[in-house]
Amino acid sequence: MSLMSEVGQKAFNLGVPIAVHMDVTYRCNERCVHCYLDHDDHGEMTTAEIKGVLDQLAEAGVFFLTFSGGEVFLRRDFFEIVEHARRLMFNVKIKTNAVMIHEEEARRIRELGVDTIQISVYSHRPEVHDAITKLPHSFERTIKAIRFLREQGLRVTIANVLMTVNSSDHSGVQKLAAELGVQYTLDPTITPMMDGDTSVLSLRIPGEELPEIFHNPALVGSQEEFCAPPKPPSEEDLEGYSCSAGHSFCYISPYGDVFPCVQFPLPTGNIRQRKFLDIWNFSPEMKEVRSIQAKDLTVCSSCSHVTSCTRCPGLAYVEGSMRGPSTADCEKSFYRTGVPTENMLRQGLSKPRTISGTTAPLIQIRPIAVPA
Amino acid sequence: MPENCIYIARSSAIAARALAGEMMVMNSADSTFFTLNEVATAIFQAADGHTPLRDIVRDQVCEQFDVDPEQAQADAEQFVAELSSHGILLVSSQPLSSEAP
Repeated sequence: MSLMSEVGQKAFNLGVPIAVHMDVTYRCNERCVHCYLDHDDHGEMTTAEIKGVLDQLAEAGVFFLTFSGGEVFLRRDFFEIVEHARRLMFNVKIKTNAVMIHEEEARRIRELGVDTIQISVYSHRPEVHDAITKLPHSFERTIKAIRFLREQGLRVTIANVLMTVNSSDHSGVQKLAAELGVQYTLDPTITPMMDGDTSVLSLRIPGEELPEIFHNPALVGSQEEFCAPPKPPSEEDLEGYSCSAGHSFCYISPYGDVFPCVQFPLPTGNIRQRKFLDIWNFSPEMKEVRSIQAKDLTVCSSCSHVTSCTRCPGLAYVEGSMRGPSTADCEKSFYRTGVPTENMLRQGLSKPRTISGTTAPLIQIRPIAVPA
Repeated sequence: MPENCIYIARSSAIAARALAGEMMVMNSADSTFFTLNEVATAIFQAADGHTPLRDIVRDQVCEQFDVDPEQAQADAEQFVAELSSHGILLVSSQPLSSEAP
């Protein structure tokens, strides 16, 4: 176990929120077709409020702090917020589309000692990227910003969300990342809107296309290991927990709402009304999330994939129960290994039945001619 | 450099937080990650740039932990040298101003 994993496990066992994801705004200068956010400002926390929250997070033991949005640079006080966070000695990561980063901003980010900047790039083809973000020339601006950041010696990761409309572009983006000297990460997860609207799920890559991704060593590393059939769970495995949500990780919205995770829209309290540690330690919702062990899962506890599945309790919650299955993860487990999940078997299915692949392709980018 | 002239300060490039009595320290420049035990944490926290290392060892280490002063000073110098080589601590024969991000 690496030192980092050991520390993560220690925080998990002690119930210390070692990592927090904080969205400082939901406003955005892009309108990505798959985005799950409402971009109107419904009363974001002020600079002083956010600084106060950061003080509380430092006191609570938070070490890894991710600032995201919306587009973080739409807040005029964003550097002031990052500066305060760094004075409190957080390890800071920024998620951005980078279109507002120029030489000056890149220099400031380096001076502030930001650890990593994660930037969304959807395609190596400008017309596809711009069609997804709906912001003309966004590809050009984003790539230019990555070069500014690299010139400062900063660590950059390209996050490539895969969906129906860019599913064949991952190798092109991976090559682009290598050319730029940055890390590459791929994510085929499309999340329902925060209000529960699932229409964006039509953008999910059809399950039938997942094996191509899961069996690509350039994306998953050791295919033998990644696609191995699941091992039978031990008693100890069934005493285990799903993920770090609510155990050592949580999410804070621009309005001060605290959730177990960015993908887990279960409100546990508002930081404008209660202290962060009060919510973290005593919220009944947070306690409930924390109490769920693998053996408590209604369907998954008897699934052969229970120990290796990426089951997201937040996505399961959106589907109806935080103890239930997350269909998107059932689908991934099946297409990764070829072994049916308990959820499928109970429904008498030979292959997953999901929203992806059953609806029309994305209409917004249909009119745009995309060269092969 | 004579040991009584050593001043140490934390670099502005680092992130740090205590977890159950141990300090986690990460250098954002190269992602090196350390955890410091209680004694090392006491020295790290006292690294304000203007307190000589000798005084830190006397007040923060020998006062709080049952250790031989000479051994403590030698161990502290070795610890400071190691963290300095990773850019986590700044070392000087003159007082240092704390680096602000």
